[in-house]
Amino acid sequence: MCSTCGCNQPADAVTITRIGGGIHSHAPFSALQYHLLVEEHNHNGHSHQPVTIELEQDILQKNNLLAQRNRGYFEAKRILALNLVSSPGSGKTALLERTINDLKQVMPIAVIEGDQQTTHDADRIAQTGAPVVQINTGKGCHLDSDMVLKAVRQLDPPNDSLLMIENVGNLVCPALFDLGEGGRVVIISVTEGDDKPIKYPDMFFSANLCIINKIDLLPYVPFDVEKAKSYALQVNPQLRFFEVSALHGQGMDKWYDWLKTQFAHFRDYQHIH
Amino acid sequence: MHELSIVLGIVDIAASTVQKANAHKVDRIELEIGELAGIETDALLFAWDTAIKNTVLARAKRDIHYVPGKARCLDCGELFDMHQLYDPCPKCNNYLNEIIQGRELKVKALTVS
Repeated sequence: MCSTCGCNQPADAVTITRIGGGIHSHAPFSALQYHLLVEEHNHNGHSHQPVTIELEQDILQKNNLLAQRNRGYFEAKRILALNLVSSPGSGKTALLERTINDLKQVMPIAVIEGDQQTTHDADRIAQTGAPVVQINTGKGCHLDSDMVLKAVRQLDPPNDSLLMIENVGNLVCPALFDLGEGGRVVIISVTEGDDKPIKYPDMFFSANLCIINKIDLLPYVPFDVEKAKSYALQVNPQLRFFEVSALHGQGMDKWYDWLKTQFAHFRDYQHIH
Repeated sequence: MHELSIVLGIVDIAASTVQKANAHKVDRIELEIGELAGIETDALLFAWDTAIKNTVLARAKRDIHYVPGKARCLDCGELFDMHQLYDPCPKCNNYLNEIIQGRELKVKALTVS
């Protein structure tokens, strides 16, 4: 069953494609077959008296355990993984394209692209020369740690590198799913409402950095940068901000300085600061 | 709508618990959902009926315990009810708060047979 609407699309509709490396064809997820448990069976060796089991189990435990596994892998290989989250159309891919082109001589950068369909974004990233894997979630509205684990196996990023994970464009669902990243970057663009941070607080609550993109359009739109920042700080008082135009390059230097500092810090201490 | 992923996670937990207990089905499931957990209860209930079809939860009675959000102000120490992640301390208006409860998203108990 798909994870958005419950239609009968099987869970293995998720596909992971290494761009430039041929299509990976085996189904990464096995179908759920719970119906086996309710079929008729013999009762030798067990009874059906009701028993209450105090479980106290976190529903996200499975995702969180795999996320920690990813985190351990990234730490061991000194890979700084950043989870890039935003609404669709905020300019995540454009930000990545410019960042890779400007920093590829400074640090190795690999990319995982998450979208429901197509390899358009991964194809754009491949043009920069960076190794890239596309995850297509089918009907799914977010990446989870299992998809990232499988994508990382195909991508095999080098030691001492930066891994950019571009999540599915969605400001709600990805907030709950830890991927094992070292940091979370939320991107908003000035063509959106400046009250996004309190309309979608979960995403801003869980982010380390907020990039305000498309600032070259500020003269033409009613977006109030200070108001947006103040809303975001209400949700997350420790959030930091960079104002950039990924298309024209304004403000990108500060983002690059941040990346370089975090990259060096992560190699030494296995966390960002 | 990540709520369906959440329900599928619950189905997964229920199925593996039923299997471990050598049981057949779930009669009752107790969930704990925090006010600040990032889950829309209506969306969860909407997803529920579809997601539990043909699973061990198909005929289970569902009890949901809602956990109200509570936070402590990191400035003045005030303990207060937090309904939104951006609620400030009512005493000193500070936004730097530690959430004490309300982020829960748990399967609390299962009655299986």
